[in-house]
Amino acid sequence: MLDTRRLGADETEQPDLAASRRAASRAWRHVWSAARLLLGTGRDLLPIVVVVAFFQIVVLRQPFPNLEAILVGLVLVTVGLALFLRGLEMALFPIGETMAEAFAHKGSLAWLLLFAFALGFGTTVAEPALIAVAGEAAKAAAEAGLITREETALARYATGLRLTVAVAVGIALVVGVLRILKGWPIHWVIMGGYVIVVLLTTVAPREIVGVAYDSGGVTTSTVTVPLVAALGVGLATVIKGRNPLIDGFGLVALASLTPMIFVMIYGMVV
Amino acid sequence: MDVDALTAIAHALVSTLADVLPIAVILLFFQLVVLRRPIPHLRRVLVGLVYVVLGLALFLVGLEEALFPLGRVMARQLTDPAFLSPGAVLDWSDYGWVYAFAFAIGFSTTIAEPALIAVAFKAREVSGGAVNAWGLRIAVALGVAIAIAVGAFRIVSGTPLHLYMIAGYAIVIVQTWRAPRDIVPLAYDSGGVTTSTKAMATPGGGARGVWPWRRRSGHTPSR
Repeated sequence: MLDTRRLGADETEQPDLAASRRAASRAWRHVWSAARLLLGTGRDLLPIVVVVAFFQIVVLRQPFPNLEAILVGLVLVTVGLALFLRGLEMALFPIGETMAEAFAHKGSLAWLLLFAFALGFGTTVAEPALIAVAGEAAKAAAEAGLITREETALARYATGLRLTVAVAVGIALVVGVLRILKGWPIHWVIMGGYVIVVLLTTVAPREIVGVAYDSGGVTTSTVTVPLVAALGVGLATVIKGRNPLIDGFGLVALASLTPMIFVMIYGMVV
Repeated sequence: MDVDALTAIAHALVSTLADVLPIAVILLFFQLVVLRRPIPHLRRVLVGLVYVVLGLALFLVGLEEALFPLGRVMARQLTDPAFLSPGAVLDWSDYGWVYAFAFAIGFSTTIAEPALIAVAFKAREVSGGAVNAWGLRIAVALGVAIAIAVGAFRIVSGTPLHLYMIAGYAIVIVQTWRAPRDIVPLAYDSGGVTTSTKAMATPGGGARGVWPWRRRSGHTPSR
């Protein structure tokens, strides 16, 4: 800055020019990274396009119904996935890591476990897929004669089921975090859980078993998984003597296991 | 883009917001009340969260409005008796293309699964590159592909689900003992990751009900 001022009138435009050139190159870098991101997600989605095109053209030999809508849908999926992956690196991963680091620094086990429970419960209780499954399950229970067909009975059953699954996921994260802290081997925890699942399957009412098995799959949403994975890996990284690869993963697996156990118990109690 | 698509996007936005809002509240509470620390790079994180919500909403709308309906139409055509074997009595072996479609759809949709991409990124990061992100995604996608193809066979043949589950878990137990120790937690987690986004437009929907000689009545497929 000082140098250019000394060089005289001719060069007074220089700082402006340099700044705009810098802005242009920054904008260009943004465009470039966005293009690379879109290309990457395009590659992620390419197998779907190939499979659908192959079966439609070669096997079924049918024209595409509504080709325009399909192309628009494909663009939405590509852009959506690219945005999500960008947000993942900007928000979800850093949040999980920062929280893990902050809790380890604070050194309070009770608060960490409470946080784990709140995260599991909170992310699950409002999960749209779970609300849908709970509603279906209430109808199935009414048809099987487990509850009456009244509107209030259905609603109470569905809400109870939702809370059960949410508590189960909360407990899964508490157990998972304890496991990371203590270094328990994951396979003992998971195998033990599945033994309980098998035992409960033999005694739980038949109508609830299918619901219980499916409830394990709806708890791990696309937002929760990266956050929970970053939290687990973050904890295993900060705590001495833990290996992030061996001890950091496993929270997601636990979160899909405990709902099966708790829902079958719910089915036996209600 | 018409009004329908816009309402669909608005719907998806509301439902992804419902997904993200409780998380945001919990994180804020613990960050501000318990940990009492300012959030580092707050602006970047907020922009990232907006990307996550917007991205997921667009992703879901694209799937539900365009790709899933197409998948359902294709599944119906593939399971149409006229396509399978014109005139003859149907047998489980006539469903070859159905199994192939199930396999291919299972594989390709899992490759594009956002939660799996996230876990694969993390695994590559913490293993210092020893776990290859694409390798992990392809392995999981092959697993899902085989599962959906076998699931399609199970629905077609009407064989009981629990036999498959028991066999599957037996394989998992054996593999847990034999596999390298550091891949086991990742393997367990990958099971929970595969079902997060897609409601799965499998041929199951088409195969249900078209099967005339199913012996076990009252046995409904799980998906």
